[in-house]
Amino acid sequence: MAQAMVAQPADWEAQEQIGLWTDAWRRFRRNRLAVASLAVVVLMIVLAAIAPILQRLGVIADPTVQDVVNSYQSPAFGHHLLGTDDLGRDVLSKVLFGAQVSLSIGILVQVMVLFLGGGIGLVAGYFGGWIDNVLMRFTDIMYAFPDLLFVLIIVAALGPTYFNILFAIGFVAWVGLARLVRGQVLSIKEKEYVEAAHAAGTTPFKIIIKHLLPNALGPVIVTLTFGIPAAIFTEAVLDFLGVGLRPPQPSWGVMVFEGYAAVDAYAYLVIIPCVALSMTMLAFNFVGDGLRDALDPRMRR
Amino acid sequence: MRGALIPLRKRSGRGWTLGIYIARRLLWMVPVLLFVIFITFFLAHVAPGSPWDREGRQLSPAVINNLNLKYGLDRPIWTQFGIYLWNVIHFDFGDSYQHTGQSVNSLILDSWPYTFKLGAIAFVVILVFGVSLGVVAALRQNSIIDYAAVGLATVGASVPNFVVGIVLIIILSNFLYKATNETFFLPTGGYPQDFVHMIMPVATLSFLPIAYLARLTRSSTLDSLRQDFVRTAWAKGLKERFVVTRHVLKNSLIPVVTTAGPLFAGLITGSVIVETIFQVPGIGRAYVTSIEARDYPMILGTTVLYAGLVALLNLVVDVAYVFIDPRVRLD
Repeated sequence: MAQAMVAQPADWEAQEQIGLWTDAWRRFRRNRLAVASLAVVVLMIVLAAIAPILQRLGVIADPTVQDVVNSYQSPAFGHHLLGTDDLGRDVLSKVLFGAQVSLSIGILVQVMVLFLGGGIGLVAGYFGGWIDNVLMRFTDIMYAFPDLLFVLIIVAALGPTYFNILFAIGFVAWVGLARLVRGQVLSIKEKEYVEAAHAAGTTPFKIIIKHLLPNALGPVIVTLTFGIPAAIFTEAVLDFLGVGLRPPQPSWGVMVFEGYAAVDAYAYLVIIPCVALSMTMLAFNFVGDGLRDALDPRMRR
Repeated sequence: MRGALIPLRKRSGRGWTLGIYIARRLLWMVPVLLFVIFITFFLAHVAPGSPWDREGRQLSPAVINNLNLKYGLDRPIWTQFGIYLWNVIHFDFGDSYQHTGQSVNSLILDSWPYTFKLGAIAFVVILVFGVSLGVVAALRQNSIIDYAAVGLATVGASVPNFVVGIVLIIILSNFLYKATNETFFLPTGGYPQDFVHMIMPVATLSFLPIAYLARLTRSSTLDSLRQDFVRTAWAKGLKERFVVTRHVLKNSLIPVVTTAGPLFAGLITGSVIVETIFQVPGIGRAYVTSIEARDYPMILGTTVLYAGLVALLNLVVDVAYVFIDPRVRLD
């Protein structure tokens, strides 16, 4: 298909053949910052995923093994590239295993948000009436309360485990997407092509799958992408406040929490996880910016 | 100019609509607060661990029994909830478990001024720096100032505020202390009593909102600069100062007002983090410590306060919007 397009650039019918995704990818590729950030994100994910393999191969140390004799070693080439912490644990391996926590929470929360927020928004927008009213009033109430405070209470109530934190952040984060999807569905429902599909006798299910979903997808993907750094931030803050994951567990927030106690003497113990955290969030935000520009239909030719 | 700001006098009946709108929004706050109390109450009571857990030596069962009797924790949870609601209606949030003999009301009143002072100063700082940075960046588009502002806005939006706080501590306290031969540094902790103590907490609290506001002001100012009436103002030969203040700013600041709502909410969540980093004895710190200590009445009291505050501030913002933008209609 792309071949045919290149072969006959003057033929506008061939240009129409460019799918949403081909077009979006082409626009995305033009944004160098977004592509570089995407590379950073992919690299992070790969490193986090192969951290256990690296550990088994002996490339990095076990993040939980203590070696008190060698505590507080500054970052240097050699055995501990990023130094060791107060109990002699290897900081590099803590960063890599911490990436697992941050990235997986950031992404899995979006899966939860997609089902919860997307589902509620789709149902409210498509059916309307009292269903819409009840769901949206519920959304309004959730919206009225600051996210972080709600997450804090839920995590405190359920206990500071990985899955509880994941659940708490996802349970609070869906509100924005629900409102977005509902608005999208409401506006797309009025479009002529949906009306035409109706008139042609298309079933409601097929209309949702073929017309509503693809057209609402762009903004949804963008919102979810921006949701990843937000979720990563919330998880790290919980750890930092001492309400989230607890010390032996390697996570960036926990590392900041631990290192903060000795920040005046061993600043690198705090700076390293802070840099990892900020870089990851920055990369996801740039990818989100790039996706927004690439997927915004108003900007398409 | 004044006419645009006071649309109420121009259109008859609008005052009534506004009154009804405010009344409806205030009524809507009741179920919101009820829901927040309900959720928080049951979540707090479901939480594993009890307020009488002690590290090390545990209290004897008889003592725990007496404490439960004293605070009514022996009764069924629904009865406890009913009693609590009844007390809240009378503005009585009960006694703190953590600080024996002190009421939640007095604890909140004690810690409130610190949070408010920090928040209010940060709010002014955010408005002044955010708006001026955005306007200057837009007026000198593609200059060094513009690039600096855009860069700051992009990075600022992605750096967690506790990271900002810690970096400030490392630079302004640790590094400054060593650089000035151990004679000068900015204090990191303690009460926000004087100017020096406030610098770092306020900077941490306002960094992210300044970045956000600068970005927004820049784009809205660029929008108004392209409008026909601005071109007319230039064509009339007005000086830049007048074009900017009388024609551009008045329009480009309208979208800024809408961000005031999320801004307040951000300041409130930010206060939790900033007060923990800088050991400020405000509401945010009290919130975190009461969660750690399972101090139910204190958790509930601070939560209700925060929820009510956010709802009220959002209402204020929405009403202010009606006054500023005459195109807005109340529904």
